[in-house]
Amino acid sequence: MNHTVDKVAGDFQRQALQLAGEQISAPWLDRLRFEGSEQWLAAAWPGRRTELWKYTPLQSLQRGNFSRWGAGQRCDLAGDALLSLDAIRLVFVNGEFDAEASACEAVEVVRFSQASAEQRAIIEAHLGKIVDTKRHLFASLSNAWVHDGVLVHVPRNVTLEKPVYLVHVSTPEAEAATVNQRALIVLEESASAELIEHFISDSQEQNGFVNTLTEISLGANAKLEHYRMNLEEEHLLHIGGVHAVLQRDARYHGFTLAEGSTLKRLDYQICHRGPGAHADLNGVYLPRNNQLLDYHTNVEHEAPHCTTSEVFRGIIADSARAVFNGRIHIHPHAQKTLAELSNRNLLTSDKAEVDTKPELEIYADDVRCAHGATVAQLDQTAMFYLRSRGLSETQARTMLSFGFVNELLQELPREEVREHLHRRLHLLFAREHFSA
Amino acid sequence: MLDIRNLNARVEGADILRNLSLSIKPGEVHAIMGPNGAGKSTLGNVLSGRPGYEVTSGEVSFRGKDLLAMEVEERAREGLFLAFQYPVEIPGVSNMEFLKAAVDARRKHLGLEEMSSFDFMKLARETSKRVNLDAGFLKRGVNEGFSGGEKKRNEIMQMMLLEPSLCILDETDSGLDIDALQVVAAGVNAMRDSERSFIVVTHYQRLLDFIVPDHVHVLAAGRIVKSGGKELALELEAKGYGWLEDEVA
Ligand SMILES: Nc1ncnc2c1ncn2[C@@H]1O[C@H](COP(=O)(O)OP(=O)(O)O)[C@@H](O)[C@H]1O
Ligand SMILES: [Mg+2]
Repeated sequence: MNHTVDKVAGDFQRQALQLAGEQISAPWLDRLRFEGSEQWLAAAWPGRRTELWKYTPLQSLQRGNFSRWGAGQRCDLAGDALLSLDAIRLVFVNGEFDAEASACEAVEVVRFSQASAEQRAIIEAHLGKIVDTKRHLFASLSNAWVHDGVLVHVPRNVTLEKPVYLVHVSTPEAEAATVNQRALIVLEESASAELIEHFISDSQEQNGFVNTLTEISLGANAKLEHYRMNLEEEHLLHIGGVHAVLQRDARYHGFTLAEGSTLKRLDYQICHRGPGAHADLNGVYLPRNNQLLDYHTNVEHEAPHCTTSEVFRGIIADSARAVFNGRIHIHPHAQKTLAELSNRNLLTSDKAEVDTKPELEIYADDVRCAHGATVAQLDQTAMFYLRSRGLSETQARTMLSFGFVNELLQELPREEVREHLHRRLHLLFAREHFSA
Repeated sequence: MLDIRNLNARVEGADILRNLSLSIKPGEVHAIMGPNGAGKSTLGNVLSGRPGYEVTSGEVSFRGKDLLAMEVEERAREGLFLAFQYPVEIPGVSNMEFLKAAVDARRKHLGLEEMSSFDFMKLARETSKRVNLDAGFLKRGVNEGFSGGEKKRNEIMQMMLLEPSLCILDETDSGLDIDALQVVAAGVNAMRDSERSFIVVTHYQRLLDFIVPDHVHVLAAGRIVKSGGKELALELEAKGYGWLEDEVA
């Protein structure tokens, strides 16, 4: 790394921290903020030789001259931009809570700033404790910056009847602004809930930087259905992380879908801490134009008898680039582990690129693991079948590409999410980027 | 309707069809029988333009046009339909969306307007009933997880929706029980008229009890070795194909 880059990175680190410092927050969060600041400043800025950031340069972030977005802002989204869903809904516009657009009359869901003493205790017990800031640089920035966020706390044996729907909108008014988003999900023993995180920008011009972090603690036998949709447009920079710890027999069902933008880096870190825990995570990514989209997933099998199933599919169009890195780490005690990871990619142009790397690290002997990563081709027999029914070659390609990702969508239990994404993908695929 | 003259075709470097000639008039049903590996499926694939099936010489005219000059999809839009011996599973693509795109492509070619989703849904439901397929199959992926018989009935449903001029049924009867066979036969018979022609490829006389052909041809080693009326099928049933191969050899 040369000095200029180093200096710019240092400037960015200091600038970000200054912005974080200007943010007003409750004193009881000070400790976390202080620790975050220390770590963020002390951290080495990632370069080409930093394994976790090897394929994802951060120049676009360093070049930005970011400011903090202050004033509350309402936005008028198109009628179909959000899910029509009976849910506990919290809408944030450029990081600020929009009370009018929200509907959150549930005792289990509260913003940090409104937390009761008991809820505060839960936040203090978990916030920043689930994520590993050594491995996740931007988590320390998130800690340094934390001012508000959403707590979902479901007590023992309680099933949250309605899904929790968190909407994050970026608008062009937040020109070059930085937004920090935080969520903490704590499900006690045998509790269950559904969480839908939906990120959108209402214009292609939005060029802010959004740093999001969702921490999840699943008690014994707890169950979470988790959807996360990154649908922000062209110029937005998004660095996001989901960090979950699963106790005995807990179940995590995750689905993530991302369209590309100038920079999107999305991390999933799942830790099986108690025996019998299960996680499945399916993902779809669709970068186009000059976009960059990077998924890093890491599953730690610390306990025996746990299962993981991970399926990611991407279609990379135009001159876009995708990165998929799926690591599964099986610790010495984690006997009887079942873990599968599959990643398949379709490239629809000669200039499209994908770097895919599944990593299995196994230190236990009695385990069953499988992983595979491929750059796939459209099935020629299927192409012929569709054309033999009168579909043009382009139509057939589009239909098959759509089917390639729709296979993962059609399994989603939440119909409103499925239908919303289905419509969105139809529009996206109609633009022809994604016909291989 | 269809005029094949001295057709020679090659697959993966091997000559399969040799000097095959066949003429089909509007409204006629021709059965093609013959042993495994004779080239029956190859003929259907060549006629529908499947990539990898190379015509080395010969001519085919379809409704007065040069069939071999057309792309796969043009042939379909022009009214040629092949019911696959092995229909293809396409997970993630809904049967309904696929069928609508196919019907719209054909209608557009004929100068008709696209159907509204509502009208098409209605038509598709009615048609699925005619082939005894539950309407739930329309929502599933194309042939995804269908049984052998369900796949074949889905082929017949497509044929009914597309209303082709020439239908080639490649062993649509194989793997069907007698009930499903009758559903398929009833579907074909309902579509028979003075304009529409059929090539029915089959291994067994059984199907021809239900779909009575005007002509029967025996294909062996890539050429038609014998042609006759419907009684030829019965003769083949009794004697097998061996005597014909001996005759040719
Ligand atoms: N795609 C293919 N690749 C290689 N050989 C093929 C292919 N299709 C057909 N053949 C060969 O062509 C010959 C005729 O096959 P086919 O037309 O399927 O016969 P039939 O349908 O009469 O049983 C066989 O020898 C078969 O092995
Ligand atoms: Mg065959």
